[in-house]
Amino acid sequence: MSAIVTRGLRCTYGERRALDDLSLTVEAQEIVGLLGPNGSGKTTLFRVLTTLLAPTAGSASVLGHDTVAEPMAVRRAIGVVFQAPSLDRKLTVAENLLYQGRLYGLRGRALRARVQELPGEVGLQDRAGERTEKLSGGLKRRVELAKGLLHRPQVLLLDEPSGALDPGARRDLWRYLQRVREESGVTPFVTTHLMEEAERCDRIAILDRGRLVAFDTPDALKSRIGGEVLRITPTDPDGSRGLCAAIAERFDVQPTDIAGEVRLERHDGAAFLPALFEAFPGRIAAATVARPSLEDVFIGLTGHRFREGAEG
Amino acid sequence: MTAALTLAQRELVRFFRQPNRIVGAIGQPVLFWFLFGAAFKDSLRPPGVEQDYAQFFAPGVAAMIVLFTAIFSTISIIEDRREGFLQAVLVAPVPRSAIVLGKLLGGTLLAMLQALFFLTLVFATGKVPFGWEVVGPSLLILFLMGLALTGLGFCIAWRMDSTQGFHAIMSVFLLPMWLLSGSVFPVEGAATWLVWVMRLNPLTYGVEALRRALWLHGAPGDPAVLWGYTAITLLFALAMFAGATWIARKRQTVDLQ
Repeated sequence: MSAIVTRGLRCTYGERRALDDLSLTVEAQEIVGLLGPNGSGKTTLFRVLTTLLAPTAGSASVLGHDTVAEPMAVRRAIGVVFQAPSLDRKLTVAENLLYQGRLYGLRGRALRARVQELPGEVGLQDRAGERTEKLSGGLKRRVELAKGLLHRPQVLLLDEPSGALDPGARRDLWRYLQRVREESGVTPFVTTHLMEEAERCDRIAILDRGRLVAFDTPDALKSRIGGEVLRITPTDPDGSRGLCAAIAERFDVQPTDIAGEVRLERHDGAAFLPALFEAFPGRIAAATVARPSLEDVFIGLTGHRFREGAEG
Repeated sequence: MTAALTLAQRELVRFFRQPNRIVGAIGQPVLFWFLFGAAFKDSLRPPGVEQDYAQFFAPGVAAMIVLFTAIFSTISIIEDRREGFLQAVLVAPVPRSAIVLGKLLGGTLLAMLQALFFLTLVFATGKVPFGWEVVGPSLLILFLMGLALTGLGFCIAWRMDSTQGFHAIMSVFLLPMWLLSGSVFPVEGAATWLVWVMRLNPLTYGVEALRRALWLHGAPGDPAVLWGYTAITLLFALAMFAGATWIARKRQTVDLQ
């Protein structure tokens, strides 16, 4: 059975459409990253999947349970790691886990065993007796993760999980996600606005202004872009539009003007560069050739930069 | 039920880890009791009863302790929302009514504990007879009053996003409600319009029931009146529980902060 299915999902806040006709299917045990700039609708989808928000139209289901009709079944199936902390700071790590377990109906020996083994699994074995207010940001994050996994959910929903983490802690988190996926058959679903985080996913769903603009593996997404990406900075800061038009006229290419920078895709990027400088002497301040990144994929799909997509 | 008890237990553990809350909730009422009792010792004497002001004021102080505890424990809803703890509870497989019950039980148990501490002081003065026939009904009334006031606080706090907003409501609504409940001055002898306000105030019946349960009129009095007032307090508590559950069930954007 598919882990997550949404069909024609739409969510509106007043006039604004936070999600628009979103349909996607996440298979069991694949790591899917929901990539989008702030304001693209990621958090709205997260709220729908965690049963906190009823969609305006369409439907969403987790392991076959509809989020509106069977919220309790959905809540039992999902583990949730919120973007904002959800720990009780006056309680110890073990107490936080204990209370969490009881809310999920665990009790007795099974619960005690789980509370004992989990801190070790996330690398907190020595800190179980400490109040969470005394832990560092990275360690708190591990407690959050332990909380989310406590009742052995089949689907783990993580909202911007590595927001406040340093690179080392981020690596640990991803290693751990891979492990629980393999060992426990958990399906992690991660929202993120970080490109390098999205790269680690099996498949990436790219969200822009509430719409799903692509859903594929990172490699497949990048191979949609032919060859290499050239970025050209004009000498005249306001000259990108003119340079863009001139390049289009001179060579048979379709460059785009993105925030003062001319961007174009070529199979023979490196070989094309000298011709470009020769054709427009003095008008090019700098130019780079690179393998396409997810940022390029995003620009190619939406016509604007990742950061600029942030609205509201 | 496990969920409700878990959440109630959390309230208690948190309370005892914040000693300043203990001082705040019980210190002020006890101070008021001593000061007002001494100040009005001979000048204020409720009509028709042989009791001094400290005796008259005692149930009012107990009600104040319950009210303050209710306020403190429902303000924590706003903090739980801000600190994020609440969001994890909202996505747990727990019905909203259990979340409400957990909060109400936690607040009520704390209120009873503190009121009991205060009543021990009152018993120590020797002005109130000590025995199960006094303590039993008093505890029941304190329990119902606690549920009612914590429920009321829950209804106010659930939609709020700042503790300042709650403080405003506390000053213009909750404290006047306590003032006009027969806690500070008796219903008899007030201006007619005020008498009506006090009779419509559901807290009045809890305070008066407690006063009767503590034999502060000098004798056990008519049991029908005591249990009638207790029943009104029970209705008050049930209405507040229902209201709090209704408010907590509505999905709304404020849940999502």
